[in-house]
Amino acid sequence: MTRHRSLFNVLGVLVCLVWVFPVYWMVNSAFLSPEQVRASTPTFVPFGGDFSAFGRVFDASFVSSMRLSLVVTFLVVAIALVFAFLAALAVSRFRFAGRRGFILTVLIVQMIPAEGLFISQYKMLESWSLLNSIAGLSLVYVAMVLPFTVWMLRGFVEGIPVELEQAAMIDGCGRTRAFFAVTFPLLAPGLVASGVYAFLQSWNEFTLATVVMSPSNRTVPLWLRGLTTQSNAAIDWPGVMAGALLVAVPVIVFFVIVQNKMTSGLVAGAVKG
Amino acid sequence: MALVLLLALGYPLVRQLVMSFQEFGLAQQFGVAAPEWVGLANYQALFADPVVWGVIARSIAFCAVNAGLTMILGTAVAVLMTKLSGPVRLMLQTGLLLAWAMPVIAAMTVWQWLFDTQYGVINWALVQSGFEGFAGHSWLLNPLSFYFVATVIVVWMSVPFVAFSLYAALTQVSDEVLEAAQLDGAGGWQRFRHILIPTIMPIIYVVSLLQIIWDLRVFAQIYYLQGAGGLRSETDLLGTYIYNLGIGQSNYGMASAVATFMLLLTLALTIGYVRKLANEEDA
Repeated sequence: MTRHRSLFNVLGVLVCLVWVFPVYWMVNSAFLSPEQVRASTPTFVPFGGDFSAFGRVFDASFVSSMRLSLVVTFLVVAIALVFAFLAALAVSRFRFAGRRGFILTVLIVQMIPAEGLFISQYKMLESWSLLNSIAGLSLVYVAMVLPFTVWMLRGFVEGIPVELEQAAMIDGCGRTRAFFAVTFPLLAPGLVASGVYAFLQSWNEFTLATVVMSPSNRTVPLWLRGLTTQSNAAIDWPGVMAGALLVAVPVIVFFVIVQNKMTSGLVAGAVKG
Repeated sequence: MALVLLLALGYPLVRQLVMSFQEFGLAQQFGVAAPEWVGLANYQALFADPVVWGVIARSIAFCAVNAGLTMILGTAVAVLMTKLSGPVRLMLQTGLLLAWAMPVIAAMTVWQWLFDTQYGVINWALVQSGFEGFAGHSWLLNPLSFYFVATVIVVWMSVPFVAFSLYAALTQVSDEVLEAAQLDGAGGWQRFRHILIPTIMPIIYVVSLLQIIWDLRVFAQIYYLQGAGGLRSETDLLGTYIYNLGIGQSNYGMASAVATFMLLLTLALTIGYVRKLANEEDA
């Protein structure tokens, strides 16, 4: 049994190394000099790190794409949270005609691939003169994150016993006040998790940004891709890796916070959340 | 809420259906000619075109291979996690989480760099291990090797989600049942096959379904690799094909028809799952 376990442990370490290596390679390469990157033998540990790559990528185009991404992401998170909150509340606290249909719609819509719809979304934004605009991109992003945000928040609302609210109502609170005084504070973790989910989705999104935005007006992922769209020999690899690192670090931090909630939300259907 | 969804998803959906029945190309785009109703002509042209069939066949094959590999590896890693001692498990989980958290495009740049023709560490390692032919090997030129690279990347990105979900499910299986089975003489494989797998089957089902949908719609990875040196005509999958046809060549009518086909395909795949969820909703 113990021999088995140590065998498994070795295997576990190997699997871990395979999965971590690309991430490690990004960090490593970001601290190499252009000469080291073009040496015939790769440098595996960036002793005496070279920070010049960060200086090279931190230019005006980075700052402006950062600003664009921040504004769009902020809008999407704020709008999606408000709508998702109201919808989740309605679905889990009230029995109304069409409730089942609403849940069904949310589920189906959540499955719709962006790739199957972006042509007409493009035409729609074009006819409203919203192509290449913050409003246009935010609109399609809100639609993209909303279904799952509703689904996730609904799980949180249902996790809070309705009896708490009812007790407050017996004590003389109105329905609204009971909700905001009792349930809302308990919902904070759910709101954070759903908000971070919306943040990650719109921050990382690439497909719709490619369709909607023009080359002069790029979100962070488009900017990052722009660093590598030249002939192979001309790519500044330490620079690209430094850019990737700058983009990835905040995402990784946030991701680790919500990973649990997101996973359980995705599979909640099967275990009946 | 309903209004936003209607505006941003419902309207394009209808618009797309309408466009897929229209002749809607450059002339219509610039207002030279009005969109003309052509009935099912777009669909007929679509299904008569061997190029489209090639794209569909490649997409389905790519999806099957990627979703299959991801599920097999993901299940294996999940089971492996249950067998590890604490510190090693934590290490493996941290590693998987890091890979999973990587933004798609950041990960793509790293993989392009790993597979780089001249200075890539993968070619270097292969040459060091005696495969001299890989010196200066270009991975993206040949379509099969292009798909190999794409598969490595997609599977690398997808396995953590599957592994974490299934591991969470596996830890829910009660020890008493497993012990009882062991006392009754069930071996390791039998316990896995007859107790663990059936218990976590609902989760396996959902996760596979999500994986199939995600791998069918794969866009960013393919689009990125095409930009990094792949031959577009031979490596297009549904997502990039629709993009090039519509946004690239302004052939909105045809692009809408392909997109509608893709939507119907997704819908057909998911309808059973959605119905099951809806039934549970009533319970």
